[in-house]
Amino acid sequence: MTRHSDSANESYRLNVNGSDREVTDAWVGESLLYVLRERLGLPGAKGACEQGECGSCTVIMDDRAVCSCLVLAASATESRILTVESLGDDGRLSDVQQAFLDAGGVQCGFCTPGFIVAVHHLLDRNPQPDDEEIKEALSGNICRCTGYGRILEAVKVVARGRTHGGAA
Amino acid sequence: MILATGLDTRYGALGSNASRPDGAAKVQGGFAFSSDMWAENMLWGATLRSPHPHARLVDIDVSDAWKITGVECIVTADDVPGEPNYGLIMQDQPVFARVGDVVRYLGEPILAVAADHPETCRRALAAVKVTYEILEPVTDAERCIDGSAPPIHPLGNVFRHQRILTGDQTIVGEIQVEGTYEIGMQDQAFLGLEAALAVPDSGGDGVELYIATQWLHEDRKQIAACLAMPEDKVRLVLGGVGGAFGAREDISLQVHTCLLALRTGRPVRIAYSREESFYGHVHRHPATIWMRHHADASGRILRIESRMVFDGGAYCSTSPAVLINAITHAQGPYKCDNATVDGWALRTNNPPCGAMRGFGVVQACFAHESQMDKLAAATGLSPVEIRLRNAMETGDRLITGQIMDSVAPVARCITETDRIPLPAPLPENAHELLIPGGTGLTALPSNIRRGIGWGVSIKNLMYSEGFDDFSTARCRIADGAVHVKFATAEVGQGFVMLAQQIARTVLGVDDVFLDPIDTQVGSAGSTSASRQTWMSGGAVDAACRAVRDELLDRVAADRGLVRAELRVEGTNIVDSLTGTTIAVGEVIGEYDIDHTVEYRHPATEDLDEDGHGNCHVAFAFVAHRAVVDVDPDLGLVKVVQIATAQDVGRVLNPLSVQGQVEGGIAQGLGLAVMEEIIVTDGKVRNPSFTDYLLPTFLDAPTVDMILIEEHEPKSPLGAKGVGEPPCVSVTPAIANAIRDAVGRELPRVPIRPYDICI
Repeated sequence: MTRHSDSANESYRLNVNGSDREVTDAWVGESLLYVLRERLGLPGAKGACEQGECGSCTVIMDDRAVCSCLVLAASATESRILTVESLGDDGRLSDVQQAFLDAGGVQCGFCTPGFIVAVHHLLDRNPQPDDEEIKEALSGNICRCTGYGRILEAVKVVARGRTHGGAA
Repeated sequence: MILATGLDTRYGALGSNASRPDGAAKVQGGFAFSSDMWAENMLWGATLRSPHPHARLVDIDVSDAWKITGVECIVTADDVPGEPNYGLIMQDQPVFARVGDVVRYLGEPILAVAADHPETCRRALAAVKVTYEILEPVTDAERCIDGSAPPIHPLGNVFRHQRILTGDQTIVGEIQVEGTYEIGMQDQAFLGLEAALAVPDSGGDGVELYIATQWLHEDRKQIAACLAMPEDKVRLVLGGVGGAFGAREDISLQVHTCLLALRTGRPVRIAYSREESFYGHVHRHPATIWMRHHADASGRILRIESRMVFDGGAYCSTSPAVLINAITHAQGPYKCDNATVDGWALRTNNPPCGAMRGFGVVQACFAHESQMDKLAAATGLSPVEIRLRNAMETGDRLITGQIMDSVAPVARCITETDRIPLPAPLPENAHELLIPGGTGLTALPSNIRRGIGWGVSIKNLMYSEGFDDFSTARCRIADGAVHVKFATAEVGQGFVMLAQQIARTVLGVDDVFLDPIDTQVGSAGSTSASRQTWMSGGAVDAACRAVRDELLDRVAADRGLVRAELRVEGTNIVDSLTGTTIAVGEVIGEYDIDHTVEYRHPATEDLDEDGHGNCHVAFAFVAHRAVVDVDPDLGLVKVVQIATAQDVGRVLNPLSVQGQVEGGIAQGLGLAVMEEIIVTDGKVRNPSFTDYLLPTFLDAPTVDMILIEEHEPKSPLGAKGVGEPPCVSVTPAIANAIRDAVGRELPRVPIRPYDICI
């Protein structure tokens, strides 16, 4: 028989990917990252440092890219949260997702969802970034496999594609 | 990007940029890493670790932890039913420290708990009272050589001592250069933290473990021994692996997770934090290497002398093999007939060290490439000329006596790299992100000095010294489709993609289905030592060829064709007698064919007392040229460009090779200028990504590469492993470039700002 911890007794509602989601019997200290992954069935955001250094857990919160490991879930009840799972269309890949595959920007893939979210966020605000703007915008996302070269290429491919009328 | 290969290959076959079968799931966030594994009724596990590097474990009191609601299980050393210790080479590392015995490093596991929530686990661990009698830690490896340190383990403080004595020990060169070099402790820093889910069998007599590892079968062997279970009762399934780089070769949470699951009869997941990950896996060995080169007046190397001291930390892991790699690569990619090398791998109370990309050769290369620049200066030659003058060739005899029988295009690696254009000078109005130190404009462009440096390396491929190194693959045609199975750990490198490319090429089909990666097939060996393209690639190739041969046999028999005239070309079976073709896809539905093949590389030998023996299988080579901008007053460095030409044998997937080269260079850059686990008195000072600095997007240089394709006859696919070489010689290339810019010796990596400016 499981004995439930007495601390897990909070209930609240989060707006995630356009839907209101109930969180029940939660410990109030849980991060948004934990709640997304362990309570709402959205494992796309990844935890790799727990202190906002690596960007693997990047989600969009009210149009800002944030590290979900640093956000207390119970404090996000008034926000609109978008995760990597909201991208693409009916299972079709977004242009950024496709470009990561085509350019070789994916190896182990652990940093990838955070990068995908951060790149969408960058290009939504700045559709034609130069190399330095890309690097600065993505310098909060760490990749240990690729050395960033193929990721840079992927972002440039998307920027060119959007300029030339490619599907967004 | 300059590639030496054509891209006119059939899409998806060998040579093409086939797409990753796991790619779509990875960009969508649906790919299941081991940290994403979940099971109904699952508990969380957590590990209590020693806060002391050396202490006697006097008492453990768990009574308060048991009072916390939600705690379901606590296991200690007393609950380990089988072997109390594990280890890859020497079984010297306890599953848990035992009361009455000692802990030997900060972070050694004391016990594990299982509870309903990670926070409950944290509170339970905080409630455990452990009494230690603190002991003086042994942290200076030299004290293990001179005997002044007491033995800190029943097996002693020396993991291995090996010398190499070759040729004339008395030769003295007209020119001599020497130095003592230090390499700091680097962390693999994979992003996907250690995580596992153990699911007990209903009867409790077996367990299934979903685990991110580099070698499923080796894990299983060690886990089963500790659990006192037959190996077939311990089934391992590869959970998605978020990078490895050597850090997943050893046991970390495997036994703990299984113990908790078996004790509770419930699924248990353990997931490390970043801090715990720094304590939970082995690191790259810190090393001190003295080296002296003797050369004639023309700069030809006559003899090398070296003494290498590797601090292995508290437990053995792979230290003996790392040491052997280091000493046998002491000559670098250069001709050398006479050598006096002495190597030590030692036990201390520092964090345990073991495998990391480059495996001992990184340390040796930093020393010999630092020496080559000193030799260039002493002879008046350029860094390129001194390396070309000594460049190793196929047929040369190594200092171990082994004949270099790999393709060895060392000179070509250097000259092709030298032809890559240098970057433009830093413009006076350079973007602030291009200036050392980046934003904030602390460095003035007018104060920046540019430097150029070289590094060239040799790296062995596969396991060495007589190890029975093999890989298994199964290929079958069933229900009109091709299925391939192997236990090869996919850690991000893309073997899943390569296996499909091989099967498509050999069998002439477009669709290849991969079975789950688990222990339900023979071992594939480890995803390490740049070995899987050669070894598991060889196994998949052989299994597919066996299936293809039987398919052609049966097609010939059933259709009255001459077997010897049939071959697979593209996606067709071609009858060269009649010129007729049959699409492979049309006939495979008629057959069930199933072959499992073990691939072995040629046998190797142990080194003898004097370090002689054919201990390695094959070698790969690479040259790096680094261009750096340095602010000598502030000690800030910006790596501008890495030019490289790498000996790859044959390019099987251009994008994949490019990714390995660029990724390896970034890790080598990290060791050169920023990455170090700082250990003081046995205590890790920076176990976090805030304090352990990794290269970011802004640190990554432009990489201009040439892939040299000279097919390796010994390799089943003509290809050499490409994973390790990129990170071996880029570190000294960057160090040599910084030395060129500021004119200081800088004998230690990582090179810190205060090394440059103070």
